[in-house]
Formats: sequence, structure tokens, C-alpha cells
Amino acid sequence: MTTKTIISADRLSKSFGAVKALQDISFEVAEGEIFGFIGPDGAGKTTLFRIITTLMLPDEGKVTVLGLDCVKGFRELRKNIGYMPGRFSLYMDLTVEENLNFYATVFGTTVKENYDLIADIYSHIEPFRKRPAGKLSGGMKQKLALSCALIHKPALLVLDEPTTGVDAVSRAEFWEMLKKLRKHNITILVSTPYMDEAMQCDRVALIQEGKILSVDQPGKITAGFSRKLFSIKAPEKYQLITALREFPLVNTAYPFGDSVHVTFRDDVYDDSLIGFLEAKGVSGVIIAETRAGIEDRFLELMEKK
Amino acid sequence: MRTILYLIRKEFIQIFRDKFLGRAIFAIPIVQMLILVPAVTFEIKEVNLCVVDKDLSTESRELVSKLVGSTFFKVRHATFSEREANDLLHRNKCDLILQIPAGFGKDIGKGTPTKLMASANAINAMNAQLSWAYLNGVIIDYNMNLLAREIGSRTFTAIPQIEVTNRYWYNEMLNYNFYMQPGILGILVLAIGFILAGLNLVKEKEIGTIEQMNVTPVKKYQFILSKIIPFLIIGLIDLALGIIIGKLVFNVPFVGSMGLLFLCSTVFLIAVLGLALLISTFSGTQQQFMFTGFFFMIIFILMSGIFTPLESMPDWAQKIDLLNPVVYIMRINRMVMLKGSTLYDIRTEFLALVLFAIATTTLAVNRYRKTA
Repeated sequence: MTTKTIISADRLSKSFGAVKALQDISFEVAEGEIFGFIGPDGAGKTTLFRIITTLMLPDEGKVTVLGLDCVKGFRELRKNIGYMPGRFSLYMDLTVEENLNFYATVFGTTVKENYDLIADIYSHIEPFRKRPAGKLSGGMKQKLALSCALIHKPALLVLDEPTTGVDAVSRAEFWEMLKKLRKHNITILVSTPYMDEAMQCDRVALIQEGKILSVDQPGKITAGFSRKLFSIKAPEKYQLITALREFPLVNTAYPFGDSVHVTFRDDVYDDSLIGFLEAKGVSGVIIAETRAGIEDRFLELMEKK
Repeated sequence: MRTILYLIRKEFIQIFRDKFLGRAIFAIPIVQMLILVPAVTFEIKEVNLCVVDKDLSTESRELVSKLVGSTFFKVRHATFSEREANDLLHRNKCDLILQIPAGFGKDIGKGTPTKLMASANAINAMNAQLSWAYLNGVIIDYNMNLLAREIGSRTFTAIPQIEVTNRYWYNEMLNYNFYMQPGILGILVLAIGFILAGLNLVKEKEIGTIEQMNVTPVKKYQFILSKIIPFLIIGLIDLALGIIIGKLVFNVPFVGSMGLLFLCSTVFLIAVLGLALLISTFSGTQQQFMFTGFFFMIIFILMSGIFTPLESMPDWAQKIDLLNPVVYIMRINRMVMLKGSTLYDIRTEFLALVLFAIATTTLAVNRYRKTA
């Protein structure tokens, strides 16, 4: 591949007192990619994004973004990055239109100039352009924030947990909008605590306690799951999971939606399992083999550590 | 430049979109002027006097009637019991007790020295001192009369006296409104600028909009300027309102140059706005700012010389006061308004304010750079 490297992070570390927020983080993002950081709260996603967007200095290591050093080239870099922080941080008392105009002017451009870039997104909220941003619904706020982050046609868009606290429909819509941005050759760096959103990215990095567990295409990450995975269902889910964890042949048992994802020591189970569960008072058990998702892989990687 | 103008426009939109704030900015100074200027005064209008006249002679009555005749004293109580008088003082029914001992008139008639006793309620030390001084004045006057009568009756000539004629320059009628109004002007400008600007920046921090600002190419000094200029303009408008009220309502004279006053106030405002922004870079929440801001404001105002003369403060306090910008604006306001001082007359104060303004704004910009 001859595509340009947009972000290149080399052994980044950052600590806050005794807390090591980032430890030895290295990764690369290519032009036009949607690159996702998946990890639980407190994994270090926001810290990493703040370093990349020049809001924070790393303790150790080096990041190059768009060919510029994040520390030395911050001034030039800021013109070319669009950042949407995890918390809605536009001016609540300014209207939709005023916010958009404000950010356009601050970046030395106009809404008109880059309207085609945001047209898809902004058209949803344009009917409410006279409304103060603080009075928009969650989904609309998110669209406005995205429009404001895009208004100066940045080469890199950094989105910190953009879908947190947004309803399922808006989330799906949001990912569709991000995919459409690819045709404008905008590289997108996005973080999310939702494992299911990983599949929407071109590549993802699993991050946990400041360390990257794995970086790959989502399909390859799930393919990395080394065991056979079974989905077990029973009406009494809580009793099911405690019983499963007591069964000697069970390797791991994690809740997953309305079922429990289980791996066995030798990837097989015998009929003694049903008897064991019934003895524990869990009946109506359904067992089926299933395909591993990102979350299963994530938990497996965590387990290995 | 275009960026700064746009940033400033944004501030104004935000201020006036807030319906309460948009009005309060101009209403509060007006109300402050109307209330504070006439209310804060050291003039003592009525000293409640309790007379314990154990003599009941012509002389004692003459003295009492002299006191009654003065505008300061109201004889509220008269009693023969010292105990009752003390009780009245204790219950706050009177401020001052004058005791005339038995034999007062007789002693005067004989020409032997005699005594009076006065007790004042000194909970408010200033009040006690002033009423004591007034009382003393009346008694001295009475003494002189006695003397004149005595000597005069023997020699039939007036006694030669040195007569002192007073003239109070720059405020002939000793009108306290004239004294307070220029001072209140300074405080009004301080309060508006200091609190509004400081809170504004901390609010951006609290809401997180500053984060979004920091990833834009807006430079730090542009951002700080966009926080200073709107409140500078508002502060100057408030100052103009204050001067107009001073003239229309209290008829405070304005002898000096209006331009000079505005120039000095501009420098003063930049200094305090810079300080407010500096404090707000240290504060994470509006609460933290308010707390620190109040600490500074109270010290600045109480030590500014608006209520008490600076010269009567202890030496160390006067040294600390060199760092109090309100002292300088207080002096400048009074000198320019009442005395018509020129820039040359107030050059020390003016330079001090300029240094302040440079120091606080530079510190604020630098400090903001580091935190971002």
C-alpha cells in the first residue's frame, strides 16, 4: 500500500501522578481510514486523543500527525484537525447557526466555502438553526458538534466517544455519516466504549489500562479468537452464570446480552453439564456454538494478560 | 484582527442573550450609585444625649440649652440618677451622658475651676470620637463666654482673641456625597469588570468550550483580548452612567478633564480585568473564582481609602497598599473630579496603574498558555 500515514505514534507514555494513563503506545493510521479505539472507561482513550489534538504533552514518546510533530508543530496542526470532545462543548447560549459561523470564522473560513462537506449532516439540523444549541436534543447536538468540527475541512477528524449517551437510531445514523465522509478523503480517529461499534471501523485498536492489546481490522481481531465459543441461555441468567463458573470444565463464562458466552477447557462439553446445571436449579438450558465478537476477543486478551 | 472582532462580537451576543445579565450590567451600577452615595456617610446627624444635671443652676441650664441649640445634639433624657443614665447608655437609648455635678454653678460664680463628666458609647469608635469632639466644641465655646463675661465685667473691653476662619477647599460645604461619589465610581467599575470577566473565563472552562477553543488556531493573546475588551467597554459605559447620576442626582461637581478620567479608568480596568483573568486561570470552577475573587475585592475596597484615610493605617498596611490598584483610582477620581488635577498632578498614580495593567495582562496570557 502506498497510502500516506496520517498519524504515527511512537512509544507514547503519559502519567498523572501514580496513574499511568498511557504506557508505550505505538500505532499508525493511514489516510482515509476510520480508525477506532475500543476500550472501557478509563482505558486512556481521551488522554491519547488530547495528545494527538495538541491539548496535552506526552511524558515520553513522539506523535507525528499529518507530517507535523504534535509538540513542535501544534500551531500548524490545529488548522487541520477537527476535534469533537466527549463532552458537548459548544456554546449553549448561541444558536445552531451562530455556533457554526463562529467556528468557521475562528478557523478563517466561511460556512459557504465548505458547505458541501457538512451538507449531509447539517441539513438535519438546519430547520432549527435559530435555536440555542443548549436546547437541542442529544442526537442533534451531536450533529451540530460534528458540523462544527468539520467546518474548516480538516484532514483529520478526532471524535472522542461521539456516540456515548446517544440513542441506538442516532448512533447508526452517525456511523453512516462518518462513512460518507470517507469520500472527502478525511481520516477519522474515533473512540467508543461500545464493542459493537468496532465493526464499523476499518481498523480498531483494543485499549485497556493505557496499553494497546491488539490493532487490526475488526474481522481479523475476532478471527484471532482461539477457542470454540458457546452461547448458553437459560431463563435464570444470574444463577446460570454462577453455576457455569463452578463447573470444572468451564474455562470462561461472561454475560453477553441475554445469554452467557462460554469457553470450555478442551473446547468441548459433555452431557454432564446439563445434569450439573439442573442440580444447581437451572433448567431450560439451550446451548449453541456461536461466532466470537470483538467483545469476546477483548475479554480473551484481557484474560491472557 | 478579524478573528478578535469576531470573538468580541460573540461575547456581546452571549452577554445580551442572557436577559438578566444584559439588564443587570447597567441596572446594578445605577442602583449602587443611588443607594451607596447618600447612604455611606460619616456625618453624625443626631447624638442622643442624656443629661444628669445635679446642679440645676442657671449656669448648668445655660450649658444644656447651648447643647440643645446645636444641631448635633438631641437631649433625649434627663435624670438625676447616674445609675439610670448608665442603664440608658447600656440599653442603647442614648449615645452620650453628660454629668453636671452639684455645685457647678456655685464654683463658676466663685471663679474656682469646676468639672464635668461625659461618658460615650464607644462601640462605634468613630461615632464616639466625633460626638465627643462636638461636645468639646460646645463646652469650649461656653468656657470662652464665661471668660469673656468675667473679664469683660471688670475691664469693659473685649478680650483679644485669635479667630480662625476655616475654608474647606474642593468641597466647601463638606458634602459627603461629593466625597463618596468619585470613590463609589471606582468600586463600581472594579466590581463589574472583575466579576464578570473572571466568571466568564471560568465558565468556558467549566462547560468545556475552552477545550474546543484551544484546538482552533486562535492565539492565546487574541483569546485573552476577546475577554478583556467587551468588559472594558461595559465598564466604561457604567462609568459614564455613574458620572451622569452623580451630576443629575447628587450634583457632584466635575472640575477636571473627563477625557483624563476615562483614560485612567481604562488603564485601571485593564489592570483589574487582567487580574481577574489571571485568577480564573488558577480556578477550575466558578465557585473557586468567586471565593478568591471576593478575597481580593474586599481587601482592595476596604483598604482603598474610600472609608478611612490611608494615612491613618499602620505602616505595614500602607506598604501593602502600594499593590492595591483601587487606591490609585480612588485618588485619581477624587483629584480629577473635585480638584481638577491634570495628568501631571496624578502622574505617580497613573504610572502605577499602567505598570499594574502591563503586569496582570502579561501574567494572565502567560499563565493561560501554560494551562492550555
